[in-house]
Amino acid sequence: MAPETEVNRPELNISDDYKYGFHDPEKPVFKAEKGINHEVVEQISEIKNEPDWMRVFRHDALDVFFSKPMPNWGDVDLLNAIDFDNIYYYLKPVEEQGKTWDDVPEDIKNTFDRLGIPEAERKFLAGVSAQYDSEVVYHSLQEELVKQGVIFLSMDDGLIEYEDIVKEYWATAIPPTDNKFAALNSAVWSGGSFVYIPKGVVVDIPLQAYFRINAENMGQFERTLIIADEGCRVHYIEGCTAPTYAADSLHSAVVELFALPGSHLRYTTIQNWSKNVYNLVTKRAVAHENATVEWVDGNLGSKLTMKFPCVYLVGEKAHAEILSIAFASDGQHQDAGAKIYHVAPNTTSRITSKSISKDGGRASYRGMVKVYPGAVGSKVHVECDALLMGENSRSDTYPTMEIAEEQVQVEHEARVSKVGDEQLFYLMSRGLTEEEALVMVVNGFIEPFVKELPMEYAVEFNRLIQLEMEGSVG
Amino acid sequence: MSDNGQPLFEVQNLKVAIDGNEILRGVDLTINEGEVHAIMGRNGSGKSTMANVVMGHPAYEVLEGSVKYKGEDVLDLDTDERARLGMFLAFQYPMAIPGVTVSKFLHSALKARAEGGDVPVREFRVNLNKAMDLLGVDPSFASRYVNDGFSGGEKKRLEILQMFVLEPTLCILDETDSGLDIDALKTVAEGINALRSEQRAILLITHYQRMLNYVEPDVVHVMMDGKIVRTGGIELAEALEEKGYEWIEQELFHDTDAATAAEAAQA
Ligand SMILES: Nc1ncnc2c1ncn2[C@@H]1O[C@H](COP(=O)(O)OP(=O)(O)O)[C@@H](O)[C@H]1O
Ligand SMILES: [Mg+2]
Repeated sequence: MAPETEVNRPELNISDDYKYGFHDPEKPVFKAEKGINHEVVEQISEIKNEPDWMRVFRHDALDVFFSKPMPNWGDVDLLNAIDFDNIYYYLKPVEEQGKTWDDVPEDIKNTFDRLGIPEAERKFLAGVSAQYDSEVVYHSLQEELVKQGVIFLSMDDGLIEYEDIVKEYWATAIPPTDNKFAALNSAVWSGGSFVYIPKGVVVDIPLQAYFRINAENMGQFERTLIIADEGCRVHYIEGCTAPTYAADSLHSAVVELFALPGSHLRYTTIQNWSKNVYNLVTKRAVAHENATVEWVDGNLGSKLTMKFPCVYLVGEKAHAEILSIAFASDGQHQDAGAKIYHVAPNTTSRITSKSISKDGGRASYRGMVKVYPGAVGSKVHVECDALLMGENSRSDTYPTMEIAEEQVQVEHEARVSKVGDEQLFYLMSRGLTEEEALVMVVNGFIEPFVKELPMEYAVEFNRLIQLEMEGSVG
Repeated sequence: MSDNGQPLFEVQNLKVAIDGNEILRGVDLTINEGEVHAIMGRNGSGKSTMANVVMGHPAYEVLEGSVKYKGEDVLDLDTDERARLGMFLAFQYPMAIPGVTVSKFLHSALKARAEGGDVPVREFRVNLNKAMDLLGVDPSFASRYVNDGFSGGEKKRLEILQMFVLEPTLCILDETDSGLDIDALKTVAEGINALRSEQRAILLITHYQRMLNYVEPDVVHVMMDGKIVRTGGIELAEALEEKGYEWIEQELFHDTDAATAAEAAQA
């Protein structure tokens, strides 16, 4: 995953020119403050020099955020512990950004070491360097894509350069009214990706957000919009397996995908936030006739993750796959799942959810499958697989099925297992230590997920699981 | 005899319980390098219990006795330590490890034994292919998940394949012959014969004589009710095949009678 060339850049300063697109030499220096109000929203919009409709959209969304109560479901205790007044909603003032390597917790540094993350990358991942730049790699990739007519920009630049396309799709899958955190994101969003794949174009290599990552992209409130035009094929991948250290404790992204007829769109995420982070993400896709949408989602870190990737199957024969893995150890709650809405006939979906709860960690599967009247011939397959390790670990499933059509096929399987003594004995009888044996069983358990990842991600993911498992044999 | 003049493998007065039930009631067994022994016995007589205890299964409680390998008592060692010393058990019921390929599994097992923990992938591949070839195993075997969805015969072949690749010094094979059709039995037997060597000891656990037609043992033991009750040559297996276990039971019954009579006479 390490790019071949690294260009050292000065730390991103808010008064610097932006790298892509627009310039505004008169740009005011942002005076960030903690807490959220209309003034902050106005400032964000102003700095970004946005079209007026976006400014209005942000303000309206903020009103929605204020008016919506906190969710009364899920891990209410943890959710209510969020202190909205004590958070920066946009880049921090420069002096506060001047965090140094010494401020990074020891355990995170150790993990970087063990994973063999290159120096420059570590600083970025630890939030010490605001920018991790791989311009050369990115630009040669970019040239190839441009030839094909692919647009792959930061969301901020996408909005400026392709306003019409953005406006057509913006917030149509996830309106600010959807939920409190989507409303918050809509008000203060920054960073994320904008991707458009033209009709019939097949993008061979995964589009990696990593290649044009910057401080904002890893930011708290990123916003991604991907439009896969008819008959195209694309794999977008974001995140990385290395632990991402964040001092800010609230992360709330919004991702909207549009798969037009006959397209094939896969979105892979691997997140490993440091264990102080709330990761509350809204992800939704709309799949038209004969289109396929695949969410591949891996959640390792954070204190509380709430993430239920969703697909609306609105065109006949549209297909959805949601494959997720969650790893929860002590002090963590991974509240993950999937939502599928079968609106059109002969639509098919498959949900595979795997979770590992270790040493008191908690994993929940929360699922919603809804088949609308008229969605005849639809097929649903849901599979939940939980692995428990250590004392007091917990796994729950909350599946909801609303089936309003008779001619459908619905399958649901749920399994909870423990790593068996017999399995460990078998592996140890071949010379593996107990810990190695345990890691092997766990790696096997997550293999259906890992084999869907590009090679370099797969290798890192396995290594990371191995690290997480260390010391789990007493 | 091994280097230190001790037998390679020696079990003395081994008494074992599970859930408070005494299952092994004083087993004695000695196997030297280069020898092939067979333990025969009916279902439930304690054969697998012995194999599991020798390998350090955590569910069993050793009440008394010792298990020595190359003169060293191994009862205090963990299962993996015993394995790394060269002890191996081919399981009666091998476990499935979903998501882990045979090749990855074996490579990891080899690395666990290797000094420095390194076994070059290419070298490993070559050896694995050679072993699969010898055992008439399809090359696709390597990329299947360990015992996951395997037929009975495939599981047994995988056990032997592991033995080939890991090259242990003491091989205990628990009912490796059961569930095999005659062709599979022959290939497996050929595999075992190929592993016979001056340095290695093999213990075949079975309740049929069938396997012993293909792998001829030097010594045959009969286990009954948690004890080794008869030891002899191949003729013991043949007699069992012919007369069944009742024959030994009868003899034992008379032995006990005689003992009781002797005791009574002394009193
Ligand atoms: N894990 C166990 N729990 C309870 N009883 C057991 C267990 N393993 C073996 N036994 C009992 O010990 C006895 C011997 O079993 P086993 O060693 O499997 O015999 P064999 O291999 O000769 O068929 C049987 O009565 C069996 O029921
Ligand atoms: Mg048995």
